[in-house]
Amino acid sequence: MAFISSGYDPAKPMEGRITDIGPKHYDQFYPEVIKKNKGKWTHHEILEPGILVHVAENGDEVFTVRCGGARIMSATHIQEICDIADKYCGGNLRFTTRNNIEFMTDTKDQMLALKADLNQRKFPGGSYKFPIGGTGAGISNIVHTQGWIHCHTPATDASGTVKATMDTVFSDFQDMRLPAKLKISMACCLNMCGAVHCSDIAILGYHRKPPILDHEYLDKVCEVPLAVASCPTAAIKPSKVELPNGETVKSVAVKNERCMYCGNCYTMCPSMPLSDAEGDGIVLMAGGKVSNRISAPKFSKVVVAFLPNETPRWPTMTNTIGKMIEEYAKGARKYERFGDWTDRIGWERFFDVCELDFTHHLIDDFRDAAYQSWRQTTQFKF
Amino acid sequence: MAKHNTPLLDELESGPWPSFVSDIKQEADVRAKNEKGIDFQIPSEACDDLLGLLELSYKDGTTHWKHGGIVGVFGYGGGIIGRYSDKPVEFPACASFHTVRVSQPGAKYYTTEFLRQLMDLWQLRGSGLTNMHGSTGDIVLLGTTTPQLEEIFYTLTHDMDQDLGGSGSNLRTPADCIGQSRCEYACYDTQELCYFLTMMYQDELHRPAFPYKFKFKFDGCPNGCVASMARSDLSFIGTWKDQIGVDQAEVALYVDGTNPSNAGAHKGRDWGAFDIQAEVVDLCPTDCMKYENGELKINDKECTRCMHCINVMPKALKIGKQRGISMLAGAKAPIVDGAQMGSLIVPFLPIDQTMNKQLADFDSEEDWMEYLEEKYAAFVEVIEAVWDYWMEEGKNRERLGELMIRQGLQKLLEKIGMEPQAVHVDHPRTNPYIFWKEDEVPGGWNRDINEYRKHHAR
Repeated sequence: MAFISSGYDPAKPMEGRITDIGPKHYDQFYPEVIKKNKGKWTHHEILEPGILVHVAENGDEVFTVRCGGARIMSATHIQEICDIADKYCGGNLRFTTRNNIEFMTDTKDQMLALKADLNQRKFPGGSYKFPIGGTGAGISNIVHTQGWIHCHTPATDASGTVKATMDTVFSDFQDMRLPAKLKISMACCLNMCGAVHCSDIAILGYHRKPPILDHEYLDKVCEVPLAVASCPTAAIKPSKVELPNGETVKSVAVKNERCMYCGNCYTMCPSMPLSDAEGDGIVLMAGGKVSNRISAPKFSKVVVAFLPNETPRWPTMTNTIGKMIEEYAKGARKYERFGDWTDRIGWERFFDVCELDFTHHLIDDFRDAAYQSWRQTTQFKF
Repeated sequence: MAKHNTPLLDELESGPWPSFVSDIKQEADVRAKNEKGIDFQIPSEACDDLLGLLELSYKDGTTHWKHGGIVGVFGYGGGIIGRYSDKPVEFPACASFHTVRVSQPGAKYYTTEFLRQLMDLWQLRGSGLTNMHGSTGDIVLLGTTTPQLEEIFYTLTHDMDQDLGGSGSNLRTPADCIGQSRCEYACYDTQELCYFLTMMYQDELHRPAFPYKFKFKFDGCPNGCVASMARSDLSFIGTWKDQIGVDQAEVALYVDGTNPSNAGAHKGRDWGAFDIQAEVVDLCPTDCMKYENGELKINDKECTRCMHCINVMPKALKIGKQRGISMLAGAKAPIVDGAQMGSLIVPFLPIDQTMNKQLADFDSEEDWMEYLEEKYAAFVEVIEAVWDYWMEEGKNRERLGELMIRQGLQKLLEKIGMEPQAVHVDHPRTNPYIFWKEDEVPGGWNRDINEYRKHHAR
């Protein structure tokens, strides 16, 4: 390959440099019917799973077809999305905050043609390219992080756990039989670059071994005080270590029993890696939400302390998630979110009906807030 | 023919959900055949080697990406994340695989023209793999080499009028819900405010000067579709102060089953006939509704605007007309001191409903920005007071929420000039350990022990 210049001159980096221009203005990207009716929509209806109509004051309608997408998306796939949007949607489309693709048209006929077209597009392995769904009282797409495909701190893979889970709950992506919407999120380590702490069900990658210390290099690549300060449980202290060659170097020591494997030290110091095939795996959380509807937003709670990384399809994890969803579907009332259901029946009942073990790992012992979660009443269920 | 055997990943090609493995293979195949005759600026086998490397992780249960690597474009401290594999010999085509974050447009609307141009650039100068989108909202381009970074930035800014997003200890790319563009619940123009603040704070977005990351998110209503209350240091949630609009004729159409409940969200199961008493009135968290003699009555004074009744009957009930924003501060994921939800700091800032001029009404974007500076002046004031406080008091890598816990909510309220009110808490403190300010106590704290001893023997 021959280097192709964009026009940039490395000898004069500031010449004609353009900076601080931000994203393109949204007006340039609105479909006509959206531009015309912005702020004038009166109501909407979900016609069937994945298909919405929004109606404006003047009677204008916009039909939206929502499709799931893997967050990892190739240029070729995006070009195919563009072909579809050119054919049916006047060259416009949008993505949702949950990695869904939304195609919009202003006639019902065009929507029906679009729907038929999307349904027949599949990858050679048999999966849908554009499964329609993700609306109403069903399961929308999973928001997630990078995982093994592109990150240095994960305790599991993100795309694979998500693919396996979405295959398992696929019928609920294309249906609206649940008591309320159910959002699943995935983060491959505690950093949670995709925050999962307020999801109905959360899949979280978790390490279980303290960092390995690369003493020979630690002081050369890390600031020891920063590594020490990074630890939320004060498990790290400065130390001097004698290497096998007799040389004494500055390093750190870790009090293993105080470590909860958050990896914050590794973020500050590359000589303290945590990942480990046996140590790493999955934590499942449940019962969080961000909407203010009926009850206040709430955090997800840990319901399974650890599941091993069963590549490539994590069957124990997907079965556990499937079971929780079935029990929720059976037990919750119309409009009741997952966490409102568990609050009503009590967590002791939740562990019963979902056939989950309650172990010491699930009792909070992190800082003052832990106390708020202990049972301080004689009211409990046998 | 695939370059590497990937038996584990191949198992992720079956099943109905879109397979990322199939898609990466598709891009690998396009690069191998290269029917468009692209002079690839990074190794053409990048996608093959990425699959090979990922297969290895599936086999040995651990990541093969190294820690960081400081790369970027000249003059910016964010937007590019360096990434190197720890198996450069076995998988040379993805040995160096940096991320480029591109600032996404409002509500993630696109024209195909823009996306095609971006994908042409990315197939030429990168792996052709993306995330649509990253967790914070950016378009994420995955996988390029250091010499391509300035070239990509040059093409983005010169040919596409498009900038990078944020990373590191700076303002992260703000994100908004779909808002008034296609939602009847939106209480303000989320795209306008998001764009305005993104443009206003370009310097803060590109050049890290904060103690740690800082996020803005904009939800048009309390339903919270962009999760601002859980995921942003400053959360802007649309709300209203007056009455919910009620169309009794439409209420009747819900009651008789003509209109589907919750805009049809429950069509997948037979829940029986709609029961307005059980499904709306009894579920109201403040018990402020009544349905009597075919009429729905709302005691708006007691309403806390949870959205439930409006969500259930969108044709009959409408958000109020006196609209504004509730601001919450300090939300974050667990690292380091545990997860935090946003706490209410500004109960209500009104938005002037008469100031609704659009960009098209002005000669230039600068004039429009000036107009918005006036429209949103009260918000800018709060934001800058919060930043002044956090930059003054925040420790290295301390999020705003952690500082709030360390110093107390009242400190932040004082810094933004907000009078403390009962709505700032769920309940008042349960301990009497009150920190009085010296000037609140008559006579202050400096007392004379000799004077004291005149009246109190040792």
